[in-house]
Order: sequence, then structure tokens, then C-alpha cells
Amino acid sequence: MKTSVAPHAVTLTAIAALVVFALANGLNPVLLTVSITVAATPLLLAALGEMVVEKSGVLNLGVEGMMIIGAIAGFATAVETGSPMIGLIAAAAAGAALSLVFGFLTQVLLSNQVATGLALTLFGLGLAALLGQSYAGLKPPSFPHLDIPLVSDIPVLGPILFAHDLLVYITALILLGTAWFLYRTRAGLILRAVGENHDAAHALGYEVIRIRLAAIAFGGACAGLGGAGLSLVRVPQWTEGMTAGAGWIALAIVVFGSWRPGRVALGAFLFGGVTILQLNLQAANLTALWLLVLGFLLLATHVTVRGLTTGSMHRSMLPLWAATLASAAWALAAPVSIQTQYLSMTPYICTIIVLVVMSADRLKANLNAPASLGRVFFRTG
Amino acid sequence: MLTLEPRRRSSTLLQALTPVLAVLATMVAGGILFAALGKNPVEAIRIIFVDPFFDPFSRSELLVKAAPLALIAIGLSFGFRAGIWNIGAEGQFIIGALCAGATALAFWGTEGTWLLPLMALAGMIGGFLWGMIPALLKIRFGANEILVSLMLVYVAELLLSALVSGPLRDPDGFNFPESRRFHDSATLPIILQNTRAHIGILVALALGPLAYAILHKHVFGYHVKLLGTAPRAAAFAGVNTKLMIAACLGLSGALAGLAGTFEAAGPVGQLVPSLPVGYGFTAIIVAFLGRLDPLGILAASLVMALTYIGGETAQFTLQIPAAAISVFQGMLLFFLLGFEVLTRFRIRRVTRATS
Repeated sequence: MKTSVAPHAVTLTAIAALVVFALANGLNPVLLTVSITVAATPLLLAALGEMVVEKSGVLNLGVEGMMIIGAIAGFATAVETGSPMIGLIAAAAAGAALSLVFGFLTQVLLSNQVATGLALTLFGLGLAALLGQSYAGLKPPSFPHLDIPLVSDIPVLGPILFAHDLLVYITALILLGTAWFLYRTRAGLILRAVGENHDAAHALGYEVIRIRLAAIAFGGACAGLGGAGLSLVRVPQWTEGMTAGAGWIALAIVVFGSWRPGRVALGAFLFGGVTILQLNLQAANLTALWLLVLGFLLLATHVTVRGLTTGSMHRSMLPLWAATLASAAWALAAPVSIQTQYLSMTPYICTIIVLVVMSADRLKANLNAPASLGRVFFRTG
Repeated sequence: MLTLEPRRRSSTLLQALTPVLAVLATMVAGGILFAALGKNPVEAIRIIFVDPFFDPFSRSELLVKAAPLALIAIGLSFGFRAGIWNIGAEGQFIIGALCAGATALAFWGTEGTWLLPLMALAGMIGGFLWGMIPALLKIRFGANEILVSLMLVYVAELLLSALVSGPLRDPDGFNFPESRRFHDSATLPIILQNTRAHIGILVALALGPLAYAILHKHVFGYHVKLLGTAPRAAAFAGVNTKLMIAACLGLSGALAGLAGTFEAAGPVGQLVPSLPVGYGFTAIIVAFLGRLDPLGILAASLVMALTYIGGETAQFTLQIPAAAISVFQGMLLFFLLGFEVLTRFRIRRVTRATS
């Protein structure tokens, strides 16, 4: 595929823009990268779990609910036992338990997946608020930091790669494990087959329902871990409704990543980056126009690189570069400060933009989407 | 071993019965939940489900809470039937309230009976346009309407918060993030003396039969049902899918906007960041509890309002936390979706002859 250079060019541009932004504002690019990693971890966990669920042909819209249940279960357990690790285990267990309610309803009672996923989110948000009443304002035990000896002392690379909290490494392992499982094992092949055509998989003798229930439980456990990542590492605190749409953004990241582990990871970092950038813009009292500049820059790069590789220039290339320059000039000339609420909107608006861009190319978007996604499987014979 | 056997046609009796069964099952499960919280389950259930009917103030409040739920849920039911999932009604509700509120504030102090209809129009247009964003993005780019409409809820919440602490802030309000209180001709007339029961309740009541007629007697309702049950057949029959997406999202947006208007101009009487209380999400449960039928939704909205009112009473008489009520509502939707299987399938006991 000739066009596959474009995502890499976009990633490199984004990284370059990040470094320039950090240096221009007197921030340490290394520390910025570390905080983006911390912000991306919960999103990546939830998105990876959901990706596996969707690969098995099930659409679970309850990620937000499972995440927040994981957040409170992990937080409460960590506070009560004093051990963040037991907290993580509890979070994964709680997420998986809740997801199995969804699994039972959709797989055994054949209920509508969209509606049941929504119910899971509503129920999870309520239950988490109920459980978390006495935990608001408490401080959780601090999460173990794992500085890998020797290599973590390497300048720049050390702190970026080898001096994170434990959850980052766990996430990295889950990422690699998921990619290996899906594309290098027989079980992964079967799971994908179930997601592509459940009737054919059933005819071959595979237990469609059991495989899907396992995938759903894995997705729930990952979402639960992601929630614990928010309440134990990222924030770290418990507040009602603290996921604030992270579960829904994880769902969008799966679409962005077109159901491929590597791209899902890229998406999680992109959204982590947007979150951290807008927080820094808020703190530095900078104009939000810079986010607009960045958006145009990335789009222009994408179109240009694709034009270069395919040999035909897209007609939107020049206008996009003009827009990039114009918005940059505007941001430099008129440093209007705006209310912080508008900056806080950016992760949500970015999600919408990303969904639109990814869905616009229908052929490419559908190429990787599991063919049986969201369809009810009724066992006959 | 039990297995499911498809029914040739879904049972009408069970269709009517499932919501009742679901409510009963929720009561039982809720009782267990309250017992686990160390409260007397029987008393809690009585306070939530029975007592509101015997108190005149609660009775009128029931209508105040049911009206927005019914309005939003009726709008949503068309889309849900057609397989178009607008779950951002909360956002459309907020934008409706914002547009209506901005209109009221623009004409602040102006007398005239034209103001309320103008506000309602502004609210409906606002909700409609907010609903058109996911609709157009789905039609033009195929973007998932579930995620887009939900993201717009967060955007709408932030927009409301930005505007009431910015341009729409009360100039004499000591910098509190809230608008002026609407003046009299921008406030909904009260239909029952000494209560908060406003004219929006009548609108919701009138809309029920109207929507029922559209759903079951008009070709639009037929197309909605066709699109939901057999999308391919609908395409061959000439149903314009794109138009249906726009119509369903636009309709539910407009009705949610109207509900937002009534909330701002009715019980709240001003624009505040705490205006949205989740009606847009609860209405999803109401729509399913009413079996996606406008008349059923009118009844379901009362049941749901009951949990709100009773829940509030239970909060201060039994110290049951507010969140317990959302758990309750979530459970109700689970039970509904679970019992739904009975209408489409028969449960059979089979002895395993061959495996």
C-alpha cells in the first residue's frame, strides 16, 4: 500500500510540533511526553479491550460505565488495603464482572447491543457514584514507580521510556500481548473468524457465544484497569463522574485505529496529547488558535504526503497550507485569551473530527471493521 | 437444559406485560440493594413508589418531571425504531434551553404574549440544529451518530457554563455564573394553583396522541418502522435513508430543545450551569420502558418521574443516597432488555438427546 507513509509523516509532524510548542513555552519536552504517556494509558487500556470485543463481533457501548466502576473499585480497594496493586486487580475484576452482565443480556438473552451498552453505562455511572460516596476527597496510596535501573538514567530516552509508573508497563505488555494474540495465535484467528462471520464459525464447530463472552470479559477487565489508571495514577483522586467521557473517547479511538493495535495506540497518544496540550494552553493562558493551527498542519501534511506518494495532488492541499499559515499568523498577531471552557471542549471536538476523517474514506474504514459487528447471533442446530 | 425457540409472531400480551414485569423485578432488586445499604427495603419501596401519589405537592411535581422526559423520549422513540441512535438528547436539551434563555434575556423586561412562543421556537430550532450536526456528519461522511451526538453533550455542557459565566451572566449577580431570572412574560404560565405544574405538561400530553397517529397511521411512521426492521427492503421500497436520518435526529433534537425551553422557562426560571440534570439520558430509559410507543411513553414517563420524586423523599427521610436512584433506573433498563426476550422467544426445556 502506497498510502501507508502518510500516518507516519503525520505522527512525525505531531511530535515535531509538540517539541516546538514545549520549547517555545519553556516547558520540558521530556516531561511533557511523560505526562502525555500517563494521560494516554487509561485511554489505551480501554480502547484495546474494546478492540478485542469488537473483533469478536460485539459492540459494547458500556465502556464508560465499566471504566468508572473500575475507577471506584480500584480506588476503594487501594484505600482500604493500602495496596495499589490489589486495587488494580479489583478494578479489573469489577470491570469484567459488570461486562458479563452485558454479556449475559446480549449473548444469552439476545438483547439489542446498542441499548444494552447504554444501560451498562447508565448503571455503571450510578453504581460508581453510590459506592464512591465515602471516598470523595481521600488520597489513595501512591502508585509504585518503576525506574528500570541503568537505562532509566539515559538522558531523554531514559525518562521517556524507562521511568514510568507500573501501569504504563502493564499497558505496554497488554498492547503487545493483544497484537500477538490476535495475529499470531490460533485462538486469535478463531476470535477474528467469529467476528467476521459468526454463522460460518458456528458451522465449523466453534463456540461463538463462549468466545464472545470471554472477549467481553477481557474488554471489561481492560476498561476497569483503565478506570483505575484514572483514579489511582492520573488524577489521583475519586470524584463522581470522573471519567468524563473517556470511555466514549476510547470507543472513538478504536474506530480511529481501524481495529489495529498499533494504530489504536497511536490514537490513544494523540488524544492524550490533545488533553495535555489544552491543559497547558489553559495554564499558559495561550490562545486556543494554536490548536487550530496544529489541526490544519496535520491535515495539510497528511494530504501532501499522500499526494506525493500517489503522484496526484489533492485539490485541498494548497488551501490547507494557506489555512495553516493564516491561522498561525492570526494566533501570533492577536493573542486573544478565551474562557477555559472553550479549551476544555477540544478533546470532544477532536473526537468528532477524527470520526469524520476516518469514516469519510468508507472503503478503507470498512476494510478492517469486523463484518458481524453488532449483529445478533442466534444459535440454530 | 433450557433453550430459546423463536415465536412465529411476537406475543402481544407479553409485549404489554414486559414493562410491568421489569418494574416489579426492579422493585425486588432495588429492595435487595436498599437492604444491603442497611435500610428497610419495604419502607423504601413504599416511599419511592406509593407515597408520592398521596401527597398533592408530589403529585404535581410528578407531572413537572414527567413532561420533559415524555417530550424527549417521544422524539427519541422514532429514531430508536429506525435504528438511528441519538443518545445526545441531553446536549440538544441544553442548547434548546440556551437558545430560549438567550431570547428571553434579549427581550428582558419586554411585555407581550409573543415572547414565550418565540422562545419555544428558538429552543426547538437550537435543539434541531444541534441534532443536525450528527445527522449531517452521518449522511455526508458516515460518522457514527452515537459517538458524535454523545460528544456534543460535553460540548453543550461546557458551552452553557462558558456563556452563563460570560455574555449571559447576570450583570447584578456578583459574578456568580448564572443569568438574570427571567421576567414574567418569559416564564411559563402555571396550570395548577400553588404548584410548579406549567403549560408544558399539556404540550407533552397533546403530543402523545399526535405522535401515536404519526407513528401508526402516517407514511412517515411506516417508513421509520420499515427502516428499523428491514433496512434493505426499505431501500428497495424507495425510503430515502439520508432523509430519514435527518428527520429522526432533527425531530428528537427539536423536541429535546423544547423540553429544555420548558425547563428553563418553567421550574428553573433562569440559565444556570446546573440546569441539565440528566433528563436526556433518563429519557432513553423512558423510551424503552414505553416500548418505543408514544402512548406507552406517556405512562412510562410518570413511572420514571416517580423514581425521581420518591427518590428525593427517600433521600431525606431514609438517608438513601441520590446515586441509588440512578442505579435503580439503570437496573430497570437491564430488566426491560432482559425480559424483552420473552416476547420474541419461547423458553423450552429440552433433554439433551444429541449434543
